[in-house]
Amino acid sequence: MDSTEKNKTLVELGTNGKTNGQTMKSDRLDVMKTYKIYIDGKFPRTESGRYYPLNDSDGKIIANICLSSRKDFREAVVAARKAQSGWASKSAYNRGQILYRIAEMLEGRREQFIHELKEQGSTSAQAEKEINLSIDRMLYYAGWCDKFQQVFSAVNPVESSHFNFSVPESMGVISILSAENTGLLGLITAIAPAIAGGNTLVILASTSKPLSAVTLGEVLNSSDVPGGVVNILTGQRSELLSHFSTHMDVNAVVYFGANGDEIIKLKESASLNVKRVSIYKDDEMYEDKTQNPYRIMDLQEIKTTWHPIGQ
Amino acid sequence: MKKTKKENKLNFDSKWTYDPAPESVDHIRLKDSYGLFINGEFSEPASGKYFPTINPATEKKIADVADANEKDVNRAVSSARNAYDKYWKKMPAKERGKYIYRIARIMQERARELAVIESLDGGKPIRESRDIDVPLAAAHFFYYAGWADKIDYAIPGAKSHSLGVAGQIIPWNFPLLMAAWKIAPALAAGNTVVLKPAETTPLTALKLAEIINDAGLPPGVVNIITGAGSTGAALVNHPDIDKIAFTGSTEVGKIIQKSIAGSNKKYTLELGGKAANIIFEDAAIDQAVEGIVNGIFFNQGHVCCAGSRLFVQESVAKKVIRKLKDRMETLIIGDPLDKNTDIGAINSKMQLDKIKQYIKIGINEGGECFQTSCAIPSKGYWHRPTLFTNVSQSSRIVQEEIFGPVLSVQTFRTVEEVIEKANNIPYGLSGGVWTDKGSKIFKMTTALKAGVVWANTYNKFDPTSPFGGYKESGVGREGGLHGLMPYLHVEN
Repeated sequence: MDSTEKNKTLVELGTNGKTNGQTMKSDRLDVMKTYKIYIDGKFPRTESGRYYPLNDSDGKIIANICLSSRKDFREAVVAARKAQSGWASKSAYNRGQILYRIAEMLEGRREQFIHELKEQGSTSAQAEKEINLSIDRMLYYAGWCDKFQQVFSAVNPVESSHFNFSVPESMGVISILSAENTGLLGLITAIAPAIAGGNTLVILASTSKPLSAVTLGEVLNSSDVPGGVVNILTGQRSELLSHFSTHMDVNAVVYFGANGDEIIKLKESASLNVKRVSIYKDDEMYEDKTQNPYRIMDLQEIKTTWHPIGQ
Repeated sequence: MKKTKKENKLNFDSKWTYDPAPESVDHIRLKDSYGLFINGEFSEPASGKYFPTINPATEKKIADVADANEKDVNRAVSSARNAYDKYWKKMPAKERGKYIYRIARIMQERARELAVIESLDGGKPIRESRDIDVPLAAAHFFYYAGWADKIDYAIPGAKSHSLGVAGQIIPWNFPLLMAAWKIAPALAAGNTVVLKPAETTPLTALKLAEIINDAGLPPGVVNIITGAGSTGAALVNHPDIDKIAFTGSTEVGKIIQKSIAGSNKKYTLELGGKAANIIFEDAAIDQAVEGIVNGIFFNQGHVCCAGSRLFVQESVAKKVIRKLKDRMETLIIGDPLDKNTDIGAINSKMQLDKIKQYIKIGINEGGECFQTSCAIPSKGYWHRPTLFTNVSQSSRIVQEEIFGPVLSVQTFRTVEEVIEKANNIPYGLSGGVWTDKGSKIFKMTTALKAGVVWANTYNKFDPTSPFGGYKESGVGREGGLHGLMPYLHVEN
C-alpha cells in the first residue's frame, strides 16, 4: 500500500515534469529532473557543455541530454580501468549478490522506468514488458556469476606429470555501443553479461531513448556496484564510435546494431590493439536466445596454468 | 657439518668432450621439387614459379617448392569448398574422426623421417623435433580425432555446426606442430582446410600432404599451398573463406584483423609475446635456472611464448645470474642433426640479421651484453645464447619481441612491483613463476595477464591444454576443449 502510493507520486511528478511546468495540476511547481551522465560513480555533466534536446511525440521538450565528448569517454575508461581489478577479484558469490541487488533496485523503480519508457514512445504494455524482461534478465545473469566458470573451465589431462587447468578470466575494460531501439532492455542485455564476468565498461546509451540510461546509473549507484564498474554516457553514436573502437586501453568492443559501414569501421580500428569484437543484432532483444552464458564468454579470456606434480 | 662456501662451476668441456652423434639422413624421402597440394594431388603453380627452401645450418638448397599466386589460391579454396559440400559436411562425424586417427597413426609411423626433415629445413635440434615437435603433432591429431563425434558435449546448452572452409597460415618455428594445431581441430569440427606453411619451412607440411593422401582423405578436404606473404594475403582476402587461423607476428595479425573487417570471417590469431619469467627468492634456484634456459633458449628462442624477460628478486639476483651464465656456457651450438646439440641454427638469414640488429640496439641503449664463448660452425646461421643486464623497462629489447636466443634481466623487490612490470607490456601470451610457496604461485598466476602461465616449469605443451594470448598476443585458443570453439558456429 505504502509503496504503491510512492510509485504513484513518482508517476505524477514525472508527468508534471514532462509538461515542463506549463500545465500544472496543482499550485505546486514540480522539481524537474536533470539527466546527467554516470562516470566513476558520480553524475557529472559532459565536460563539453554540449547537449541535445529530447522531445516527446508532441515535440515538447522532455529533457536536455548530455552530448558526451571524447574526453568524457576517456575519463570513463580511466575510471573503468581503475575499478577493474577490484571488481574482477570480488568473489563470484559477491558479484552474484550485487547483480541480484541491481535486479531488486530495478524492481523498486519499475514505475519510474515505465514512465520514462512511455515518455520515449512506448505503450504501457510495451513498457511493462520491457521492464519485466530487464529485471528478469539481470536476475538471469546474477545467477551465472558463480556458475559459468565451472561450465567453461577444464582440468586438462596432459601427458606429462603436471597439474593443468584452464579457467575463464575477465577481459578487462569493455566499450559498448548499446542498442538504439530499446531504452532499458538493450542496456541490461549489454551490461549484465559483461559485469557478471568481472569486466568493467563504458556504455553509450541509445541516442533516441536515453532517459532509462541515466536512471539506470542511479540504480547502479545505489546497488553496491563500485564506482567505475559501469560508466554510462549519452550522446551521438556517430561521434563516439571511432573513440570506442580505437582507445588503446580498451580490451574489447561490443556493438549492437546492423549498420554495415559502422561495423566495418569499428572492426578495422579494433585491430589497432587487437581488440576483441562482438557484434550482436539489436532486433532480437526479446528472444530467449539473446541471453545465454556465451555472451559472458565472449568477454572472457581463457587462462591455462601448469604446475609439476612431484615432490 | 660445515657448509662449503665454494660452489662448483659447471664445466663439462674440461672433463669430457662429446663425440658427434648425428642422426642419419639416408632414410628420408625428399623430392627435388614440390608442387601445390590441391584437391588430393600435387600440381604445378599457375605461374610456373618455384623458390628454394634451404638448410639454415649449411645454407644449401634442400628442394624447390611452388610459389602459389592468386589463381592457385582460388583453385585451392574452391577445392576445399567442393570437398566441404560434397564429402566432409555430409560424412557421419565418427567417420570423419577415423580419418583423423589415420593421420595420427601414419605420422607416428613416419615420425623419424618427419623429425629429420624438420631439423633439416628449419634448423632446430633433432632432440627437439624428435621428442617434442613430431610426437606432439601426432598427438594433436589423435586428440582431436576423438572429438569429431562428441562436439555436442563441448558446447553445453547450445547447438553448433561447422563453419565451412578454413584458411590457415602458420609460422616457421614449429612447422609441423603448427600444421597439426591448425588442421586437427578444423577437421574434427567438420571444416575443410587450405593451409599455407611458412616459406622457409614448407617441407614437413608437404610431407603431411602425402600422409593425408595415404590416409585416404577425400580430395580437397586438406589443401596445402606454399608461398610467401602475398600468397597468405590472397588466402586471407579470399571471399569464400569462412575462417582465418593465423599464427605469426602481431604486426601481421593486426593487418589480417583489419583486412577482414568487411567480412564475416571468424578468426583466431596467435601472435607475438614477450613473456615475463619471474624468479622469487624462495624458488628452488637450480630448477629455476634450468627453467630460464628452457624458457629462452628452447628452439633458439624462436618461440612466441619464450620467457624473454627474466625478473629475479633482488636478494638472489647475483646468485641466479652467476648460475645462469655458468649454465649457458655448457650449451652446445651446432649441427641440428647432432643429438648432443642444444641450440641449432637460426631459421633464416633474415631472422639472424634481425636478432643481430636487436643486439646492437641493446648495447646502444646501455645494456650489458653477455654471450657464451662456445664454438660455432663457419657455414650457416648461428647465434650465441645472449643475456642482457642493466636494462630498463622501457628498453626496446625489453619491450619488443626479438624471437631469438636473447634474454633480458631485470630485478625486483616486491610481488606488487613485479606484477606491475610483468603486465606493463602490450603482449600477454605467457608467463613463468618460480617459488616454493603455493599461495604466492596462485597470486601470481592469477595476476599475470597472460593466456598460459607456467609455475615452476616452462614451455610445456599438450594437445589437451588450451594455448593463446591476452591483449596484443592474439585472439582465441588452440588446443584442448577450448580449441574447438573457434572452428564452430554456436547458435545462440
